[in-house]
Amino acid sequence: MKLVTAIIKPFKLDDVRQALHEVGIAGITVTEVKGFGRQKGHTELYRGAEYNVDFLPKLKLETAVTDELAEQVVEAIQKSAATGKIGDGKIFVSSLEEVIRIRTGETGAQAI
Amino acid sequence: MKTVKRATYVISPILLALLPGVAAAQDGLNSGNTAWMLTATALVLFMTIPGLSLFYAGMVRAKNALSVMMQCFAITCLVTILWTLYLYSLAFGADIGGFVGGLGKALMAGVGVDALSGTIPETVFSVFQLTFAVITPALIVGAFAERMKFSAMLWFMALWVTLVYAPVCHWVWGGGWLSGQGVLDFAGGTVVHINAGVAGLVAALVMGKRHGYPLHPMKPSNLVLTAVGAGMLWVGWFGFNAGSALAADGIAGMAMLVTQIATAAAALTWMFMEWMSHGKPSALGLVSGAVAGLVAITPAAGFVGPMGALAIGVAAGLICYLAVVRMKRALGYDDSLDAFGVHGVGGLVGAILTGVFVDAGLGGSGLAEGVSMGAQVTKQFIGAAATIVYGGVVSFILLKVIDAVIGLRVTVEQEQEGLDLVLHDEAGYNLH
Repeated sequence: MKLVTAIIKPFKLDDVRQALHEVGIAGITVTEVKGFGRQKGHTELYRGAEYNVDFLPKLKLETAVTDELAEQVVEAIQKSAATGKIGDGKIFVSSLEEVIRIRTGETGAQAI
Repeated sequence: MKTVKRATYVISPILLALLPGVAAAQDGLNSGNTAWMLTATALVLFMTIPGLSLFYAGMVRAKNALSVMMQCFAITCLVTILWTLYLYSLAFGADIGGFVGGLGKALMAGVGVDALSGTIPETVFSVFQLTFAVITPALIVGAFAERMKFSAMLWFMALWVTLVYAPVCHWVWGGGWLSGQGVLDFAGGTVVHINAGVAGLVAALVMGKRHGYPLHPMKPSNLVLTAVGAGMLWVGWFGFNAGSALAADGIAGMAMLVTQIATAAAALTWMFMEWMSHGKPSALGLVSGAVAGLVAITPAAGFVGPMGALAIGVAAGLICYLAVVRMKRALGYDDSLDAFGVHGVGGLVGAILTGVFVDAGLGGSGLAEGVSMGAQVTKQFIGAAATIVYGGVVSFILLKVIDAVIGLRVTVEQEQEGLDLVLHDEAGYNLH
């Protein structure tokens, strides 16, 4: 099993959710995050006080998938989250040791 | 109040209501005037709670939003009680040496159902004046926001309204020494705005900067609240300025008109200054300009005409913008929410320009007999300078004494944690 974690632009969430739905993903977890990468931040000005905002708002998506589905999922996210501009985000894929469904106690692929 | 002619050496119509001879000359209670003054009083209270409270709460960081709202609200309650006990008497009691009123009206003595002040009930006059005594210390909160202990704030405000506000109010409106000088202050440019602005500047200097200022970002928590608060201030200000005519008459009408004009002019001026220097206009700039315009037209409201108001508005927008955006940064003091930059500086601009645009040739109601524009401007300077020196010195002493006895500031750790949690065990925002 794999844990696919993606950092995306917030306004791309609906596109990504739709794309994941189409490849058969049953659930994702979304967190509002801030960070910086190669995309430049912006400037804010309040009564003459100028602040450079380096940390930009992004969304972090996490979804646990079976090994077979991992490649399709990554592709779906990559295509649906892309705008072609700097700041589109990243996808991380890592090995997942165990998954347990809290309600039933099922484990492994059954619990995904 | 038709007798309030500019030809008389009167600071404002408020004074007239207090002169026994004039009061006797009126035909008793005027229900039209009374109805308007009841309304105006409610409008002025609306300026502090919730207008100014929201205006300020939106400008501080989220961790301090509740603290400034609470300070404004607590000041409203505290000053009301002190007003009832003795402040009204100190401000409007029988004159003692031109400096302060006597204690004859302490505990609201004589302020009964039938007591009149001019053509309105004295009860209404007293509460109307109380709302001015409430907003003045609340304005000072902006200067020391985000770092003062709540207990020290209460002590400072109680002593300040007693030793600074009450006497200065008496000098100008209560028959004190400034009222005989021919200084023009229609609705409180000097008593309220210069007074609060100077006390704020002194407080900012005595207390020092917020931890991390100006290097760390201190972003406003919610400028939507600030814009809402500014709108409420604008609406409430009609009670402040037009209400200061103490009558529902032509002077009140003109005060309302010029208030609207100056405010719009100052707001646009600030917005365009920012647009030119930074490249974009901002909501905070627009509403800050509006407040600067409201402050500057306050002393002038009953004396200048529409074109004078336009000029005062543009001047206030320009000069307050420079004071807030340039001067504060150049001098390095931390007047958190620009109580001095907007109220002190705007009050000064208004006080001086009132002496110019009162001239009938410039559309005003006319200078007093035999007084040149230069002489009137000099009088305006004297009124402002007296307030700045007296208010500045007494505020400084009060702050130093309170600092020595209980301390003015929270600790650095408490400041970083935020006053809402540290001082009140509450959070202004529990959004999750």
